[in-house]
This record gives sequence, C-alpha cells and structure tokens, in this order.
Amino acid sequence: MVTAATLLVCVALLLGISALAVTTLRWRGASTLVYGLCAAVALALLGLAGTFLIAGAPGPSDAVLPLGLPWIGARFRLDALSAFFLIVVNLGALAASVYAVGYGRREAEPGRVLPFYPAFLAGMNLVVLADDAFSFLVAWEFMSLGSWALVMAHHREEGNSRAGYVYLLMASFGALSLLLTFGLLAGPAGGYAFDQMRLHAPPPLLAGLALMLTLMGAGSKAGLVPLHAWLPLAHPAAPSHVSALMSGVMTKVAIYAFIRIVFDLLGPAQVWWSVVVLVLGAGTAVLGILYALMQNDLKRFLAYSTVENVGIIFIGLGLALAFRAQHLALAAALAVTAALFHVLNHAMFKSLLFMGAGAVQGAAATRDMDRMGGLIGRMPLTTLAVLAGSMAISGLPPLNGFASEWLTFQAVLVSPQLAATALKFLVPAVGGMLALAAALTAAAMVRAFGVAFLGRPRSPAAAAAAETDRWSLAAMLFLAALCLVAGVLPGFVIDALAPVASALAGGHMPQQARQPWLSIVPIAESRSSYNGLLVLGFVSMSAALAALAIHRFASRAVRRAPAWDCGFPDAGPMTQYSASSFAQPIRRVFGGFVFAARDVVDMPGPGEMRPARFKAVVRDRIWEILYAPIAVAVDFIARRLNRLQFLTIRVYLSLVFLALVGLLLVLAVCV
Amino acid sequence: MTGLFFDVAHLLAGGLVLMSFALIYQDRLSSLINVFAAHATVLALAVAWQAYAQNAPHLYVTAFIALGFKAIIIPVALQRIIKRLGIHREIETVVGVGPTMLAGIGLVALSMVVMLRVTEEADRLAREDLAFALSVVLLGLLIMVTRRNAVSLIIGFMSLENGLVLAATGAKGMPLVVEISVAFSVLIAFIVIGVFLFRIRERFETIDVSALDRFREGRE
Repeated sequence: MVTAATLLVCVALLLGISALAVTTLRWRGASTLVYGLCAAVALALLGLAGTFLIAGAPGPSDAVLPLGLPWIGARFRLDALSAFFLIVVNLGALAASVYAVGYGRREAEPGRVLPFYPAFLAGMNLVVLADDAFSFLVAWEFMSLGSWALVMAHHREEGNSRAGYVYLLMASFGALSLLLTFGLLAGPAGGYAFDQMRLHAPPPLLAGLALMLTLMGAGSKAGLVPLHAWLPLAHPAAPSHVSALMSGVMTKVAIYAFIRIVFDLLGPAQVWWSVVVLVLGAGTAVLGILYALMQNDLKRFLAYSTVENVGIIFIGLGLALAFRAQHLALAAALAVTAALFHVLNHAMFKSLLFMGAGAVQGAAATRDMDRMGGLIGRMPLTTLAVLAGSMAISGLPPLNGFASEWLTFQAVLVSPQLAATALKFLVPAVGGMLALAAALTAAAMVRAFGVAFLGRPRSPAAAAAAETDRWSLAAMLFLAALCLVAGVLPGFVIDALAPVASALAGGHMPQQARQPWLSIVPIAESRSSYNGLLVLGFVSMSAALAALAIHRFASRAVRRAPAWDCGFPDAGPMTQYSASSFAQPIRRVFGGFVFAARDVVDMPGPGEMRPARFKAVVRDRIWEILYAPIAVAVDFIARRLNRLQFLTIRVYLSLVFLALVGLLLVLAVCV
Repeated sequence: MTGLFFDVAHLLAGGLVLMSFALIYQDRLSSLINVFAAHATVLALAVAWQAYAQNAPHLYVTAFIALGFKAIIIPVALQRIIKRLGIHREIETVVGVGPTMLAGIGLVALSMVVMLRVTEEADRLAREDLAFALSVVLLGLLIMVTRRNAVSLIIGFMSLENGLVLAATGAKGMPLVVEISVAFSVLIAFIVIGVFLFRIRERFETIDVSALDRFREGRE
C-alpha cells in the first residue's frame, strides 16, 4: 500500500540531497553523486506512484504535517490525479537526472546548479501532492524560485538575466492569480483545505472569476498565449537538463494546477468555461507553432513548440469541460484521457528533444540552427533519438504523439452530441486549428531536424562535433524507446488512466486491454479504432521491402561522386538551404498577419560594388500590443513615484499625519 | 468609578490636552521647553491619580519616571543644549499659530468623535482617557509637522509619547515592564537625537532641518 507519507519521505530525501549538494560542492564527484541520488529518488517515486495508479488508485491517502497554517496544518494527499502527475514529473526527473550525470560534468560552475536542482524536483513533487491552498502555494513558489535560480545559473551569458527577470515577473503574477483564486474558493469562512473547497462550490459568478484567475495563474506557468512571453526566454537560458524539466515537466505541473482547480474544486462546469478554454487552447496551439517556425535558436524553437503542445492539451481539457457541462460522461472521459495522454507524451518527447538540443549544443558549441548541419554522420545515436522525438512530436504513427492527438480528434468528432449551439460551431473550428497546428508542427520538425542534422556542416565547430557521452545517450534512447512503446501499445496507458478519468469526468473509456489485437477503441468499434502494433508492423515491413528492393534490384555498387552544383563550383556550406529559407513560405502565408513580417531586399544597382542584402523582419505583435504598454505604464508610474524618494523630513511626517487623520475620519464617518 | 475619581481624572487628562495647545502656541524655544516640562508634570499627576484610582501601586513608578525624566532631566538638558548651540531665536513655524490652533481644535473634535463612538462598551474612565490621549498624540504630530527646528521636532515627539503613556495608564492591568521600557526608549531616543543635533550643527552650522534637505536635493 502506497501512502502519501511514503512519498513525502522521498521528497524530504530530495531536500536532503539539496543540502548535501551545498556541502560537497568542492568535491569533484559531487555532480555525479547528486544527479545519481536524484535519479534514484525519482525512480523510487516513479515506482511508488506507478504502483498506486496501476492498482486502480485504491482510495486517496492523506498525510497532515504540523506545519503551515495552524488551523489546517500542511495537508498532502495522493489520489489518482496526483499519482498520474507524479509519474509524469518523476519520469522526466529520472531521465533528466541520468542525462545530467553525463551532461553535468561539462558544467563550468556546478555550484550554481547542483543545490537548486533537487530542490526544484522536490517543489514539483510537492505541488502535485499538496492538499491545501497554503502548502500548494508554498510548493508552487518553491518550484518557481528553484527553476528561476537554475535559469540564472549562466547569468553572465547575454540575455539570460533579462530572461530571469521576465520569468520572475511572470511567476509572481501567476502566483498572485492563484492566490486570489484560492481566496475566492475558500470563501469568507477561510476554508483553505481542498476538502472544504470541494464541499462548498462557489456561486456561478465567483466560479467564473476563479476560472479566469486560474487560467492566468496556471496558464502563465504553462505558457498559454498571450501569457507565454517568458517561456521562450527562460527555458533556453537554463542548462539543458533543466530546460528539459521546465519544458517537459514544469508546464505539466501547471496543467495539473489547472485540472485540480477547475475539474476538482470549482464545482459543476458551465458551458461558457469550455468556450474560453477551447479558444485559448486553439490560439495557443497555432500561434505557438507559428512562432516556433520563425526561430533559428534550437532551444527557443523547442520552447515555442512547448507552447503549441500546451495548446493541444488545453484543447483536450476544454472539450472535456464542454462534455462535462452537458453531462456526457463518456465523451468527457475520452477528452480527459486524450489530454492526459498528451501530457505524458509531451513530457517524454519534449524532454528528449531538449536533451538532444543540449547534446548538440555541447558538440557544435552553438544553439543557432544555421551554424549546424551534417550532425547525422558525427552523432548518429543522438540523431536517432532526436529523430524519434521529432517524429513523435509531429504526430507520426506508430509513435505516441499520434495516439494522443488521434484521441483528441476523436473527442472533436463526438462534438455533434453537444446541445449548445455555440459549441457545435466552435468545436469543429477548433478541430481545424488543431489539424493546422499538427501539420505546421511536422513542417517545423522537418525544418529543425533537416537543418541541424542533415546536409553539410555550416561551421567548423559543427564539422568537428563528436558523439555525446554515454549517460546522455542512455537517457535519450530510453525516452525514445518509451515514445515507441507508448505509441505502439497505447491501450495500456489508456487503461492506467481510467481511474483518473473517472475521478475527473465521472466515467471512463472502455477497457482497452480486452480489445482484440491490442487495438484501441475510443467509443465503439463501429466508429473508429487504431492499432499501433499493426501500423508498426506495416511501416517496418514496407520499409524493409523498399530497402530490399532498392538494394537488390537497383544498382548494387555504391558510387561516390560530387553533388550537382548547378554550375557554381565550390559552393560554400552557407549556401545550403537554411532554417530561415525553409520558414519563408510559411512566413509569407501567415507572417503578414501574425508577425507583421516583411522581407526587405536591398539590391545594388548595376555597377555598384556593395553586396546585396536580404533581411527578414519579424515582429512579435503580442509583445507589442500587450506587454510593451504595460512596461511603459509601469515605467511611467515608477518615475512619478520616484519623487517620493526625495521629499523633506517634514513632508514625510505630514504624509504620515495626513494618512492617520484620513483614516480616523473614515472611522468617524463610517462607524 | 465614583464622581470624584472620575472628575479629577477627567480634569488632569483635559489639562494635558490644554498643555498641548500651549505647546502649539509657543514661538520661542526656551519657553517651548518650559511648557513641555509643565506638560510632563501634568502627565505625572494624571498617572499618579490613575494609580490612586485604580489602586495600582506600580503606576506610581510610572508617574515618578515621567516626572523625573520628562519634567526635569530632559527639559534641563534641552535648555543646556540650546544654550550651547546659542539658539534662542524665534521658532520658524511653517504655518502660523492661528491656523495651527484651529487645526488642533479640529483634531481634538475628531478624536472625541472617533473614540467615544468606537469604545462604547469600555469603562467610562478609560473612554475619556483614550479620547484625550488620542488628542494629545495628534497634537504632538501636528507640532512635529508644523515646525522646522529640530529641537521643536523632539518636543513634539515627546509630547506625542506623553499621550501614549496617558492612554497606556488609562487601561487597567498594563504591566509595569511595558511602561519602563517605553520610558527608557524615550530616554534613548533623546540621547540619540541630542547627539544627532550636535552632529547636524557641526556639519551644517544650523539645526534647521531644511538645511538637510538642501544636501539631499529636497524638492518641495
């Protein structure tokens, strides 16, 4: 029997590792020791949570520590939802820690990373376990500050301190929104334990307000457009294993916060909630991937792709809310399962891709795609793992990304059952946006993979790249294998998610393990079914046959000859098709509207000696419309208030005096 | 609380408010200090009467401290300071005496309205005491706000503190430790401010606090 107390002991171990890291900083093997211990604890947590969930989540287990608010204590609870997210968190943590055993050795200043890394892991685990508002917020801030310290680990690099600053601002904003949410949920009686909140659902108006605040609080952490601005700055700034955790796991913890509050604490769903969530999710998915297509920095590209995937997950959650509001339990279960499955999948392949980016950055000494190229010959295993991750994130069968996106589409296709007219029109449109996002993702991944790994090296460093270390490879190949397994056998994942879906949606999908030939059937076999194993068999068979046919029947001799150079001998590697070139068609189609993109061509006239120039200008409209005015306003107010710093003593005294008299007057008038 | 006890307590507390008005009216430093000594004496009497009325002997200690420190030691020391500094000039008030008095009357009315309304359930003696004490505190603040000279700031601060002591002794069951610590903190504040005054004088040749403002780019 797995209890919350056991898990808390593991979290305490993580904090202990953090303390250990502080004391052993000077020792050379500290990095290996710390990451090794973290991996062990993450494995233990993963095993415990997995046992709990596979056993069908037998009743929640509570633990109360005598900390926190005196009349509540610090409450923790393990139920199906938290068990699932514990699996997500610790799967990511396990892979990242194993990766970091190798990657961390190259860290120039381990003292800036080692103590915060276990604390960050502990924070994420505690958020998922917390069962009262106070512990939740403390754990949330622990997580935020831990990751902030990790983002600032390389603070001398250009742009990192700004990233840290923006992240800190957005994190404070998100925490404030969550604080207000819990204030609304607790009501005037101050019932800050989640149990009390479940008993007293707020009235509809307040519940709607709480939903909006949750969207701001959890959404800013998860990267919902337009609150995503910090994410592509902060995620790439951290060391790669931390980027993997932040992008793959921390955004999921934010989604956990959203699910916990909206599905569990907020009371019965209303139809308009789902409209808001669906619109935000669809917008996030499409805008996120469009932004991603414009990026040349590999890690920033991945961060924007995270924004897109968060959008897909929110689409699933929005559908679930819609079905729940209309009391369609089975459809709601399908949508919730799709969203949670995508949470798990994204945690796997996004961690994998960030680790790959870290390996590439280590080998090619750059994050700029346009200075990479030809890495497939020098880093074959990394390439294999990244290819698997890219295929998975693009939603290609038989990998896991396809399974969860397919489920989301199945949920979209159930939408005619909805009674609300607005949803009848909205959901198909959202489905269209989802399809667009999926197609753009494939384009974006082809672009990133093709430019970074194929072709000829574009810089001497890329030409001299060497395969990364064994630990990193092990972590990446492990995740790649998981992507394949979850894609080929999605039925087991869906079955494991059944207790979570019943808790959130009031029903669950039909049991998949009983289906013949391990296929999955979302609703009924007459409607749709998918068999990953069959697709895998078909793909491998046809690929093997094609390879055989080519090698058998085409010319067997391997010829090496110079590539056709269009009549320009000795074309430099920089003349290859670049990331920006690949993005140009999409920039032309969507960029004018979304990014105010312009291509500026400066062609010298005949006889002029200066070089021709081509410049692509992309502007971030969300930043300009939403954030820049806020920054200007804050700056204006700050400058006005700055005068308060230069008053005379007597004026300060007068201010105190006037404030006192004013308050007394209020008292005299009002009491 | 029978008639005589109440009336005398009322009289003494009212006397303290009157002395605060007298402080506002003074425009010379030495007479300001003398009036402050009288202010502290009235406070000592009020506290002693409270000790008698509440039958709380430890309040006599408070009264004694008030008399000793505030009515004798500090005024004498302040007189010596202003002699050494050679400032017997007029106080540079920011606002004229007349408007200040009017504002003071308004403040007393305000504190009466607030206190009598807020403390309806409390003991009658404590109620009146609190109302007067709040008036004294507000008048002390008013003095601090309307004067420029550092010494008169100190006087304003100390009269404000007298109001606090009056409020504290009016409430029954105030432990002695609190009063002693308050008294000592005032003494220490006095010492610090005294040292501070000489330092200001050394640097700027005046103890008009607006001289400080020039050096920190004060903008009014």
